[in-house]
Order: sequence, then structure tokens, then C-alpha cells
Amino acid sequence: MAYSDKVIDHYNNPRNVGTLDKAKNNVGTGLVGAPECGDVMRLQIEVDENQIITDAKFKTFGCGSAIASSSLATEWLKGKSVDEALAIDNMDIVEELALPPVKIHCSVLAEDAIKSAINDYRVKNGLPALEMPKSHH
Amino acid sequence: MLTFPIYLDNNATTPLDPRVLEAMMPYFTGKFGNAASRNHAFGWHAEEAVDYAREQIASLINCSPKEIIFTSGATESDNLAIKGVFEMYASKGNHIITATTEHKAVLDTCKHIEKIGGKVTYLPVNAEGLIDLKQLEEAITDKTILISIMYGNNEVGVIQPIREISKIAKKHGVLFFTDATQAVGKIPVDVEADGIDLMAFSGHKMYGPKGVGALYVRRKNPRVKVTAQMDGGGHERGMRSGTLNVPGIVGLGKACEIAKQDMEKDTARLSAMRDRLERELLTIEESYVNGSREHRLPHVTNISFKYVEGEGLMMGVKDIAVSSGSACTSASLEPSYVLKALGLSDDLAHSSLRFGLSRFTTDEEVDYAISHVKEAVAKLREMSPLWEMFKEGIDLNSIEWAEH
Repeated sequence: MAYSDKVIDHYNNPRNVGTLDKAKNNVGTGLVGAPECGDVMRLQIEVDENQIITDAKFKTFGCGSAIASSSLATEWLKGKSVDEALAIDNMDIVEELALPPVKIHCSVLAEDAIKSAINDYRVKNGLPALEMPKSHH
Repeated sequence: MLTFPIYLDNNATTPLDPRVLEAMMPYFTGKFGNAASRNHAFGWHAEEAVDYAREQIASLINCSPKEIIFTSGATESDNLAIKGVFEMYASKGNHIITATTEHKAVLDTCKHIEKIGGKVTYLPVNAEGLIDLKQLEEAITDKTILISIMYGNNEVGVIQPIREISKIAKKHGVLFFTDATQAVGKIPVDVEADGIDLMAFSGHKMYGPKGVGALYVRRKNPRVKVTAQMDGGGHERGMRSGTLNVPGIVGLGKACEIAKQDMEKDTARLSAMRDRLERELLTIEESYVNGSREHRLPHVTNISFKYVEGEGLMMGVKDIAVSSGSACTSASLEPSYVLKALGLSDDLAHSSLRFGLSRFTTDEEVDYAISHVKEAVAKLREMSPLWEMFKEGIDLNSIEWAEH
């Protein structure tokens, strides 16, 4: 299967690989997927007092599309407010990376990772967790 | 000088040996006759060429030229053997014994047999990839007509105890068929000494052309017959109709002749090269060889690099062509059933790469592959949350992974 240029670019030059201190109150961590399924994404956000995401980091175990989806997600998250981040849809990722149908699950996983990181942040800061849509893959 | 990408996927297919191509060339144009044309020179030349190929093949596997049935490849040979025996020996019984690590051409044919009223036992394998002979013998009933166990496995290269299997088959009066696609031309295969009744193999796995294969069908002790699965002009002693693929058959014959002549030299070189590749790659932390290292084809190794996903890894080693036990592209997301049958957990199966060397692989190419894989694994582990957890001493089994 041929990968799009954007997937290859993210794979070769992944943005924002790394780890934020998950013990900090203003850091939200989302860990989604499962090793048995061949992809696990960990996405972290750091949020300032104005609810703006100032930093985002990821680590992903998975195929090139999974790595690219999470790398792209961290790029998009930086500078967005938490509410804006919630609006990121997996289909935006599919479109941006030109993912083929068999790789749509990678984008779904990235969306789940964003929502899961935001929820972790919310719960840490005394806010109720948002309803998580069941991943459909 | 290295040319990229480097081909290390020789269990999928091999390049045609130039000597084979040379032998085939005249049979596309000048000597284009139909081997079944009995009334002119064009036909005679074609028939002569086919007969010669039969001898070359028979000499490699130690059978009579009359025992070779030409087909379009190993998949067809597998189908013809299993379905053909099932039909021909219907009055004797309807039970077939095979193993879970067989190629899909055997497994799916067996599933078809089950749909049309047959019974199939799928033997498990141990962590080495080998079947249990006691289990095999216990599975035999008075309805058993066929044991179908592959010679060498395509994914891990494991060689089954063929002679012991055939002894058990003989003792119980059951026919023994082996899919020897990965073995013929690579290791000595002798249908007499091995006690094989039917055997499938193909040209393109041994530096021959694609689209041609053969089924060996024993004619003596016992005389074996299969019901044709392709009806028509009654070619190949009525077992496989269809105009013979003369250039392909000439190529298969030549490939067998070269295999016989070069086997000792090729095997010694390939196993030394494979062992070096394996030894070097095993210096990578948390890497494991899959399947038996003792009973194995000389040119294959299958290695799992824990905490790195196979398809992602293949993308990282794009300058080398290998294959992975991960199946992230398939709708099911299921990793290799062969690796799972060996008892590998899904995550280790997802983390595997298969390397298949060939007669044409060079030391320089292997050197490149070693450093390229080492770099890619290191880079991907840097990005892997699982690797980070492992390094922090977190037990991955203690984590409740999301339903996915």
C-alpha cells in the first residue's frame, strides 16, 4: 500500500514526540488502543490558566498512519483552546493525511486520544468527565 | 554497489535465475508448439521439452517422470491433491488431518471439504511450530483418508518431521500429502526416503517462473489417484486438463536442475548468511526468533522486535523489502495466524518481521539490512509508549487497555 506524502513526512519527521509530566495538574494524558490490536497512542496536553493548550506530546506504537495521525494531532492541538480541541474530528485527520479506508481506524484512535487527554485534564481539575463516544473500530 | 530497495522477501517469491530465463526463451517464439499436437514437429518439440523437464524435476525429488502432474502453481496443486483425494477415496472415508500453521491454500481447501461433508482435524503446533506425532496418530480414525502436513513453513521456515509423519501414515494405511512449496529446491527432498504420496511445489519459489507448479502423485506402493478438478482434454494422465504451459514447464525443469546442482553450495552460503543476520539482529534488546531454530529452512528467519509494530517498522526500513506478521491493513486487524498458532501473544505477532534470503542475496545487502533494521527499531522505540513503560518497569499486562 502506498502512503501519502504527508503520512511519510510525519513518519520521517514526527512532530512533538515525547513525554510531559503526567503528575502535573495542568497536564492531561490520554492512552488509547491496545498492544494486541497493533496500535497504542499516548497523547498529552499541557493547558494554561486561559484553557489554551500550550504544549502537546505523543508517543505511538503502530503503523505509519497511526504515527502520522498522532503527530498531526499534536500539531493541531498546540495553541487551540480546550473547547476547540474537542471539535477536532477524525475525518479532518483522514482528509489532511489522505488516509485510505483501511487506515481510518488510526484517525479514530487519534480523536479518542485527544478526548481522553482532555478528560484526564478535566477530572484532575475538578470538572466532570465528558461522555466519550465509543470508538467504532 | 547496492541497489535499492534490497529484496529480502524470498519466501513470497524469488527472482528468475537468468539461466532459467535463457532455457525458456525459445519456447515463447520459435518452439511455440502445443505439447499435445501429435502430428507435426511443432508439437513433438514441445512434448520433448516437457518430457525433459519432467526428468529434471524427477531427478531433484527422486521420483519417476511419470509421477509429475503439471499445474499452474502450488495453490492449484494443493487443491488438486486434497479435493482430488477426497473425491477419489470417498468410499474409504471422509476424514483429513492437517495443521493450523498450513498455508491458506491448504486450510481454505480443507474448509471447502468441510462444507461438502468432509471432516477435518486441525492439529495444533508447539511453541517451536512443530506438530505432535502422538497427537497425529491419535487423530487417525477408520475414516481417515489423508494427512496433509507442510514440509517447511512459509512464515517461520519450520520443517516438520516428514519421515516420522509418513511412517505413521503408512502404518495406518492413510495417504500422506505435503505442501513442499518452500522446501523443494532449498533442502534435499526425496519422496522415496521421505515416504511422500503426494507433494505440491511451484516454480517461482525456487528461481523459476510464476504460473507453473507441479503435483507429485505416487504411482507405486501405493498407486495413488486423484479425481481431476479441471475437466477437458485429459492431459496429465487425466488428472489435470489444459494445454501445457511449455515455457513455464521448461523453466521449472531448469530451476530444478540448477537447484540440484547448486543446493549444497547455496545452502551452506545461505545458512551462514542467515545466521549472521539473525545473530546481529538479536543483539537488539527484546528481540526474539519465532519458531524452531533447529528444524528450519536455511534461508529464513522470523524475528519479533518487542514494543515496535511490524508495519510501522517496515515503513522505517523501506530500503529493504521484507514482510511482517502484522496485518494492520486487513479489515480484521488480526496478526499472523501462524505466529499465533506458535503461541505468540498478539502484540509480539504484530512486532515481527520475516527475512527470506536468496541465491542472489549478497553479504553487503545483509550488512545494510542489519544496520537499517537496528536504526529503525531504535527510532520507533523512541516513539513507542510501550517501550517507555517497559523501561519504567511497568507491566503492560497490568494496564486495562481500551476495547478496540
